[in-house]
Amino acid sequence: MFNPTMEAMSRDERRALQSERLKQVVRREYDNVAVYRARMDAKGIKPEDVRGVEDLKFLPFTEKTDLRDQYPYGLLAAPLSEIVRIQGSSGTTGKPIVSGYTQGDIDVWTELMARTLSAAGAGPNDIVQVAYGYGLFTGGLGAHQGASRIGATVIPMSSGNTHRQIMMIKDLGTTILCCTPSYALYLGESIREAGLTPKDLKLRAGCFGAEPWTEGMRTRIEELMDIDALDIYGLTEICGPGVSFECLEKKGMHVNEDHIIPEIIDPATEQPLPPGAAGELVFTTITKQGMPMLRYRTHDICKLDDSPCACGRTLIRMGRITGRTDDMLIIRGVNVFPSQIESVLVGLEGVAPHYLLVVDRVNSQDVLEVQVEMTEDMFSDTVGNIQSLGARIHDRIRSIVGVSAKVKLVPPRSIPRSEGKAKRVIDNRKL
Amino acid sequence: MFIKQISIFLENTRGSLRALTELLGRNGVDLLAVSIADTQSFGILRCVVRGPEVGRAVQLLKEAGHSTRVNDVLCVAVEDRPAGLADVLAILDDNDIFIDYTYSFVRGRDKQALIILKLSDPSRALELFEKSGVGVLSQSEVDAL
Repeated sequence: MFNPTMEAMSRDERRALQSERLKQVVRREYDNVAVYRARMDAKGIKPEDVRGVEDLKFLPFTEKTDLRDQYPYGLLAAPLSEIVRIQGSSGTTGKPIVSGYTQGDIDVWTELMARTLSAAGAGPNDIVQVAYGYGLFTGGLGAHQGASRIGATVIPMSSGNTHRQIMMIKDLGTTILCCTPSYALYLGESIREAGLTPKDLKLRAGCFGAEPWTEGMRTRIEELMDIDALDIYGLTEICGPGVSFECLEKKGMHVNEDHIIPEIIDPATEQPLPPGAAGELVFTTITKQGMPMLRYRTHDICKLDDSPCACGRTLIRMGRITGRTDDMLIIRGVNVFPSQIESVLVGLEGVAPHYLLVVDRVNSQDVLEVQVEMTEDMFSDTVGNIQSLGARIHDRIRSIVGVSAKVKLVPPRSIPRSEGKAKRVIDNRKL
Repeated sequence: MFIKQISIFLENTRGSLRALTELLGRNGVDLLAVSIADTQSFGILRCVVRGPEVGRAVQLLKEAGHSTRVNDVLCVAVEDRPAGLADVLAILDDNDIFIDYTYSFVRGRDKQALIILKLSDPSRALELFEKSGVGVLSQSEVDAL
């Protein structure tokens, strides 16, 4: 355990700590963020009305659309002079969502990733290969900072270039791997295809997150590389990876409750549900200074489990994400909303937004196909023009949404119309 | 002296060309010339029908959900002998006129092959063909085929 005081704290003590921190963050939001102040005023709640965790349920929710509407700095609760980092991810439409971190926020995030890696058994003698993307995406830098904090040797590979990843794993004796689970599976298969076996490598464990996966995938990854494959969870809005992590018991992800309070709500009634019930996961950051979130709705569906864990941590565990309450897709670790694709299509001259997203997993990699109806206006009778139209759509999606999609132009009215809400997504991945 | 050509966007899937030609056939539209440009995922069918049938054919295709486009193209009569086509193309090349695409009619006429040309500068090509004595068919001549 990286921080036994906090990770194995008695539940009563932690609840008292959470209550104290919650009161502070509510005060901070009310005093510094106009939207939160307006929402609390509308509900008739003053910061002093919040006595502790038991009053969390009275506080207003935060949605991803709030981050879009307040883009880029409207939700900052600290002056820009105190913000030392911006991280971001794709939003629901054209603009990304961004989050600002103070040095204190970076320190907390770093510790949470240090806890995550420690729970995988990592320490100063380990060599951690970070194959998450580096950049605005929180995966790369998050894992990097945590690995540095525990004193491990970090190999900042970033994502892609499988051949070189394998070479490094082998030559440098990588012991801990950090990447998305689908990439871990792909790496595992590529390692075997290269004629290597786990005996040739020193890999011991992996921290895999940024997209949902299954027990079946875990078994396969563990077989291919003879490692412990652990699930980790995070989102930019809260801090990035490190929100919750699995220990070697592999019975759910411990939520770092001393910094982040999880709730499960019924998405329809918005009322909190007891541990064990499946519902929408909601987080409140209680120590964040730069851009704290009150009751952020993740739209991820899962369960909380407060039964004791054999590892000794008293942190509550969340189960695997079993679905979404909205239409967000995760493609190779990138959040994709159909509305983003729609905004790209609408923004292109002469392109009508009759589209369908078809998602598949080919050779362990997510593949997104965007079918766009070829309307009369778009149709030119030369092959070159049509191909360049397809290329234009592809490039716009890549630059705005951040994923590379296969664009397929289809005849008009060939995409099924449905009564009411159009069906925009066919997800053939077996998750 | 231009003739009408209909272009239709087709998905590169089994049966799509058959369905389209059957639709036209069922409605008595005769295909005088036909060509397909194909790529891995889609195709473009280009065809010539008799002038009076163009409007009706387009209507039928639209009702069946096809994206269509009507363009003006040139139909030249090329002598049916070796280098017959080459002689015509030389006129274009010498005058810097580029070919977007070309294809031929299903039937010829009086020892002549009938070739469709979509060109970068069709009006100038027409002048050159007339000056060089290359036969260019009018829509009514095509309709009489």
